[in-house]
Amino acid sequence: MSHVSSIREHFFLVAAVFSGLVTVALFCFLFILALPLLQSGQITELLFSPWAPENGKFGIYPMLKTSLLLATLSMLISFPISLGTSFIITNLAPIQLRRILLGMVRVMTGIPTVVYSFTALFLLVPLMRKVIGQGTGMSILSAAPVLALVIAPTMILFFVNSFKSVSKTYTLACDALGSSQIQKLLYVILPLAWPGIINGALLGFGRAMGDTMVSLMLAGNSVNIPESVTDSARSLTAHIALVLAFDFDSMEFKSVFVCGLFLYILTALLMLFFRMFSYNSSAKK
Amino acid sequence: MMQRLFEGTIIILSWIAGLMLVCSLLLLLGYLLYRGYDAISLKLFFGDTGTVDALLLQRQVFDGIFPATAGTLLLILGSMCLAIPIGLAGGIYMAEYSSSTIKPLFNLLFDVLAGIPSIIIGLSGLLLTIFLNRQFSGQVAPCLLISSLSLALLVLPYIIRTTQTALETVAPSTRMIAPALGASRLQNITKVLLPNAMSDIVAGIILATGRCAEDTAVIMLTGAVATAGISLSPFAQYEALPFYIYYISSQYSGPEELAQGFGAAIVLLLLCTTLLFSALWMQRRLTTLLLYR
Repeated sequence: MSHVSSIREHFFLVAAVFSGLVTVALFCFLFILALPLLQSGQITELLFSPWAPENGKFGIYPMLKTSLLLATLSMLISFPISLGTSFIITNLAPIQLRRILLGMVRVMTGIPTVVYSFTALFLLVPLMRKVIGQGTGMSILSAAPVLALVIAPTMILFFVNSFKSVSKTYTLACDALGSSQIQKLLYVILPLAWPGIINGALLGFGRAMGDTMVSLMLAGNSVNIPESVTDSARSLTAHIALVLAFDFDSMEFKSVFVCGLFLYILTALLMLFFRMFSYNSSAKK
Repeated sequence: MMQRLFEGTIIILSWIAGLMLVCSLLLLLGYLLYRGYDAISLKLFFGDTGTVDALLLQRQVFDGIFPATAGTLLLILGSMCLAIPIGLAGGIYMAEYSSSTIKPLFNLLFDVLAGIPSIIIGLSGLLLTIFLNRQFSGQVAPCLLISSLSLALLVLPYIIRTTQTALETVAPSTRMIAPALGASRLQNITKVLLPNAMSDIVAGIILATGRCAEDTAVIMLTGAVATAGISLSPFAQYEALPFYIYYISSQYSGPEELAQGFGAAIVLLLLCTTLLFSALWMQRRLTTLLLYR
């Protein structure tokens, strides 16, 4: 700080402080606007009661359940696939194929989610309609595989990176002892790289909770509490995205900020866990 | 024996997992190309309006995606103009000036900001609009400027963190030459460190551009509409490709509009993957950790 002397150098400081304040300001925004609802009822009631505006109940339980269900389901699909793919990319495939696969995964990170959702809407949803046999085919079950595809590259790249950062002393020792690739992976790399795996999973879960377009376009947006995964349902993010349908002075509008606040706190907590794990693992090395 | 079986199972399962990923990706993209291939033509962009007339803004295009494409490009331009200076300056501060006591706090704040779902940024943009609207008695409406501002906030942490990492990883021997010759700290940054880290910084900026181009959640709350034509004013509503695709998915009136939707999806896909490829091309090192969240 003592070296900040010229105007230009002050600008650097201002820019950093401004960007940091944005994070804080967003939280304050959400908190202040959610306050009327937070004060009016107990938080537990808000989180665990159904959405029934006509009875004056603005519980976000249906959206909460949908978001958690959707994120968990897509993680269940995506996590094993990502782990398997990262095994192939780091150890199992021939060198040429590894490069191609890694390149493909990196390109996948750039594919817009709206394009995924749009295509799945006309490919997967009609299929689901036939399989389920009732309704529009838009359900948690239609959204989950697409969401899994959206979060997979994030996790794969993270896993690959943490496998590759295992010290060469260990992997070379394995090679010298004549272990096969899979033995090296299972008994040496995995035990050393597990914080990276947890971190990748945290990031993937955060992305799944925060993604809007997939659940908005594919999950059906019904406000009822989802009984099964074949039900049409609305996630927290989709509820926020549909905010323009509400009157700006109504309680419905305010409930959107409760959703926003919840999502903010959740993603911030995930990030804290994430940093805790990366700190621990870097301290060990 | 059991161990062999276990290892073999893992190998087979891994290959199945990889195959499933590749197949589902190819299936989705293949279906997209199959449905949208016929729509890709000049008519997709300009409809029945003459190409030259449309490009020179002489006549509005009503049945093509030219206004949406132009809107997306304007949006990228606007948000990058806002995000790049602040992001670069913030990154330089983080890498070169911040003290060790304040640095972890800022790091945490930027990481939290990077992790916030884009819909919340969009919601804040909407709030800002409502607030300004009440403040200035109804003169402010959702518009291109608000969207650009919100998108700039969305990509700000990426630009800061890539700039910071790029500067911090400049080799110490390079870092120390200029100060040893008597250069000031600022001279060292502008003449040595920034040029050395430039390719990584530019790659980060291109990736951020891609996020601006694809993000739908932010713009749908801050001013993107289905029909607006092209307006160069930052205070007007606008069309954008991702919003157009979303709109078509729920409101299409017939197979022709649907085909246009598929065409628009291909155009957006090409735009984003082109940006990504150029970023990868610029990038010499792996900085996957920071960018692909």
